[in-house]
Amino acid sequence: MTPEFDAIDRIMRRGRAIMLAGLLAVAGIYVVALRYTPPEAHQGLAFKIIYVHAPAAWAMEMAFVLVGVVGALYFWLRDPRLDVFGEASATVGMVFGTVLLTTGPIWGRTIWGAWWAWDPRLTFTLLLYLLFAGYFALRSALRDPVERARFGAVIGIMGTVLVPFIHLTVYLFNSQHPLPVLGRPPCPPDKPGCEPSLPWVLLKPLLLSFGAFTMLYVGFVMTRYGIGLRDAATEARDAE
Amino acid sequence: MTVGRAALAIAAKDLRIEWRHRTAFATSVVFAVLVLMVFVFARDQGSVSLTTLAPTVLWVMLALATVVTLNRAFLLERENAALDGILLAPVSATALFWGKWLANIALVMVVEAVAIPLWVMFFNVEPSVRLAGIGAVAVLAAIGFTAPGTLFSAMAVRTRFAELLLPVLLLPFVIPPLFFASQATVRILGDAPAGDIWGWLRLLALYDIAFLALATMLFPMVMDQ
Repeated sequence: MTPEFDAIDRIMRRGRAIMLAGLLAVAGIYVVALRYTPPEAHQGLAFKIIYVHAPAAWAMEMAFVLVGVVGALYFWLRDPRLDVFGEASATVGMVFGTVLLTTGPIWGRTIWGAWWAWDPRLTFTLLLYLLFAGYFALRSALRDPVERARFGAVIGIMGTVLVPFIHLTVYLFNSQHPLPVLGRPPCPPDKPGCEPSLPWVLLKPLLLSFGAFTMLYVGFVMTRYGIGLRDAATEARDAE
Repeated sequence: MTVGRAALAIAAKDLRIEWRHRTAFATSVVFAVLVLMVFVFARDQGSVSLTTLAPTVLWVMLALATVVTLNRAFLLERENAALDGILLAPVSATALFWGKWLANIALVMVVEAVAIPLWVMFFNVEPSVRLAGIGAVAVLAAIGFTAPGTLFSAMAVRTRFAELLLPVLLLPFVIPPLFFASQATVRILGDAPAGDIWGWLRLLALYDIAFLALATMLFPMVMDQ
């Protein structure tokens, strides 16, 4: 084993440890959410899906935004490892996107009475997901690794600029999607029907699940990044 | 040669080639009419009137015709490695992007100029001053479609699956301007207050500016050899 492969193995080992810790944390949060947290006043048990849905949305957006950030850095530094990271982050983003787009309709069926209500937020998330499906299609159609890195970075940056338009859509147009439960303004006493901020007993597991999903993201990306680095190193060694 | 003059020279070259063959123009117009026909025959005649369907069909037709038109932009340059010739010429990549984009938008607008009157005829839209408003929306939407489209066609053409990859890459970027444009069209046709229409046009313009600027910035990276 060369020192290069040793270093890659170390990254992967740490990634796997963080991933395991993240999975245990998610399991722990679900025990708390199902066993020790009361049902939400309006949505009942269906609300409990939020502990996966909302943090998966956070992890997916973080993953895709980071693809754009490392894409921009790639054009500046031209370090191929940035592309390996970008691809790892996009792959993990797709995984969280799958979780988000699966749990959304399950919740929607119970609360809205429809699997898919063409809510702008869910729909534009699907668009972003499809955009990254295009990112992988383009990458797989290119042989030259440098070209793959450049084009991947371009799609990553374009996708990142699409993200504000997603948020713009949510806030400007009629949406069936519930308002964010974090940072919601307090209800004035004279305004009936206003949804108050989430009570602490429901909010605590949610905040913890954001932390757990961030850990999962880090663990997944480190492992995937290690695999990407190992593939590149093996290819370089075989070419020698 | 300044960037502007080089861009105009490249656009003029592309349009001259198109003028000689008229393949992309003719194909896109025929394609647009076929899309109209598909919608008419696929609808439930009993419950969906042509008037209700009109704005939807207009934007699906224009978006898909744009994708078909954009496919040709860099495929032209693939023959005889013509792109290498342009890259060897002392013109910047920015000029190349603007030249290609100008040629694309000119061609898309010519296709729109033929397709929109056909849509008016087939869908019995009342010809009135409202059509000028729809024309303005179509110009703004064409900018939103072609700016990322020109960038993506330069990337897709480097693969063996250009015709397949371009729609997959481009359509997620077509949907926001398509949504804004179709909302504006519905309001124009329904005689909504000007302020209501203006809000959607502003969003469309914002999208155009953002992606035209971004595509201009990123294009040199795509061409970087």
